Amino acid sequence: MYPPQIETLLDLAESYVLLNRSGKTQRDLLRGRTLINLFFEDSTRTRTSFELAGKRLGADVINMSVASSSVNKGETLLDTAATLNAMNCDLLVVRHGQSGAPNLLAQKVDAAVINAGDGTHEHPTQALLDALTIRRHKGRLEGLTVAICGDVQHSRVARSNIHLLTAMGSRVRVVGPPTLIPNQASRLGVEVFHDMKTGLQGADVVMMLRLQRERMSGAASLVPSPREYFRFWGLDAEKLAWAKDDAIVMHPGPMNRGVEIDSAIADDPVRSVIKEQVEMGVAVRMAVLDILARTTRND
Amino acid sequence: MTDTLILNARLVDPASGLDQIGGLLVRDGRIADLGPALGRPDGAIVIDAEGAVLCPGLVDMRAELGEPGGEFRETIASAAIAAAAGGITTLAALPDTEPAIDDASLVRLLRARGEETGALTVLPYAAVTKGRRGEELAELGLLREAGAVAFTDGSRAVASARVMRIALAYAAQWGARIVQHPEEPSLAGSGCATQGELATRLGLPAIPPAAEALMVWRDIRLARMTGGAIHFAHVSTAEALDLIRAAKAEGLNVTCDTAPPYFDLNETAIGDFRTYAKLSPPLRAESDRLAVVAALADGTIDAIASDHQPRDADDKRLPFAQAAPGGTGLATLLAVTLAQVHGGKIPLAKALGLLTVAPARLLGAEAGTLAKGAAADLCLFDLERSWRVEAGEMPGKAQNTPFDGRALEGRVLGTWKAGRRVFG
Repeated sequence: MYPPQIETLLDLAESYVLLNRSGKTQRDLLRGRTLINLFFEDSTRTRTSFELAGKRLGADVINMSVASSSVNKGETLLDTAATLNAMNCDLLVVRHGQSGAPNLLAQKVDAAVINAGDGTHEHPTQALLDALTIRRHKGRLEGLTVAICGDVQHSRVARSNIHLLTAMGSRVRVVGPPTLIPNQASRLGVEVFHDMKTGLQGADVVMMLRLQRERMSGAASLVPSPREYFRFWGLDAEKLAWAKDDAIVMHPGPMNRGVEIDSAIADDPVRSVIKEQVEMGVAVRMAVLDILARTTRND
Repeated sequence: MTDTLILNARLVDPASGLDQIGGLLVRDGRIADLGPALGRPDGAIVIDAEGAVLCPGLVDMRAELGEPGGEFRETIASAAIAAAAGGITTLAALPDTEPAIDDASLVRLLRARGEETGALTVLPYAAVTKGRRGEELAELGLLREAGAVAFTDGSRAVASARVMRIALAYAAQWGARIVQHPEEPSLAGSGCATQGELATRLGLPAIPPAAEALMVWRDIRLARMTGGAIHFAHVSTAEALDLIRAAKAEGLNVTCDTAPPYFDLNETAIGDFRTYAKLSPPLRAESDRLAVVAALADGTIDAIASDHQPRDADDKRLPFAQAAPGGTGLATLLAVTLAQVHGGKIPLAKALGLLTVAPARLLGAEAGTLAKGAAADLCLFDLERSWRVEAGEMPGKAQNTPFDGRALEGRVLGTWKAGRRVFG
């Protein structure tokens, strides 16, 4: 997406924020359309968010999760795609543990495919909802300093945010231990920091990432322990003080309290916009479905 | 504390290049003054050095101590006695303990136990991996904050390339060094002597010298990939030294040390199955010994460490392959190094630099110089006086010296820790 398209989508999402807050719905927009939530990985907020977005716009929403699907019976991804295609669904929301799986599906189905997170590649609607949240608080994206902190290596949220925010003119930093910063990160147009103090200096936005437990122990361990991680990279009041006085704190959820973020910060009504991110998620996904439905209708 | 004035000494300070006859005044535990013409303060203890060498207390960057867990072999207190007799006032202790030094509280314990001796500063290494098992990264950040000077799994190599890569990358953010025992364990297997004619004649399972070069090559490659700092301990082969020399020329953050057995002895010291000469890495061929001497002279080797490893009689009174490897080295560190000076291979100031300021810098320790204002950690020794190493008669507890019977020139006359005389 190009910056003007992103602005248009965020403007549309803004109108859905107002609609959602008014308690009204717009059920005629996607009436008669079928949306399938195809989730190969567990998810609560993203799946629910897409489901609500679809229903508020009048679509017939079907949730498929791996546990109840034929995938567990050995069906390949492409066979699943062929099956779904035969059912003539319009919108396919896909989450998959493998990077690139939605791309593969998109080649094989007629429905519009929406990536709801693939492996360690992308999570585009998360980046859009983050951008909307930031824009509502800061009035703009251009020229802001955004520090994305933690496990960048394994984060699709980080990658999508880097692409979107750098395109919109934000100065993006990634901050984390060297073992969790991907190779050649600076080639993505970001500044790399390992120390929170310098990384957060002058930041308008502090975006924390989830650290998965398996990164802290066992054969895949890349950081020694939760307590060491919290000591050096966990966001607490002392570290947040290094950012700008009015910096907002974001987290895509689900949070590990006491690992990447201190509860006092996560629940701070002034600095934390974490709950608002969830609200923006529904509005952004309504805007995404709206635009895709308009495009396919024009077909 | 009463002032101490040491007069008529040959002052040698490799850090500043000082080498002249003069005196040194100790006041309140620090070096108050030094130079050719010093006044005599009232009431000072005056020592006439009679031309003996006065240098900074030695900094030993690699020693295993028995505490905690192996107190029957050595305690920090008994090691401090041996260290003082050897002129050592600062020592970096390996985490080869039980439990391993992989927790911040243990780092603080070792520092405190050193202070209690009043004779020895103990600088703890902490383990790279939890329990020195080579699997999961230890809490390097918290260990460093507690006072760990670098990270190593001690006598065990970090075998996994993946773990070493993670450790180098992670430690690099603080500029901390990973110290490696350079031996590829899957190639070394259960070998106990260097592969060659001697091992063949003795019928001992052997370790190819290439086991060292393989690990050194791998870790240099990983240091280049990660930007990390790698230090190879007790390097003993020509091939590994060539790799290190090339890595340094390339500008990589690669350093190394060796230990006296590797430039003073060769594999023939194991003679008729002498277990006191069973070391890890094993004593090498004469050509490798000569390469170590050359690398000391040309600067490829950054420091000389004692590689002290206390063992008790039950560890050593076993068939050769079953005996524990390791030899003591605190009391002999200086004199065995001086053999290279007497042999004309390295100048005195260079030799003392390898034992003082060079290891101090590698460890980031404020030690190893005779600067005015520095702590008065001092070593006074007679460069010429001869003596014979005799297992059973050595200071401290552990007696397993590989130099048993060796005649040496150069004897420590006195050692001072923070101005207090702790030996002689």
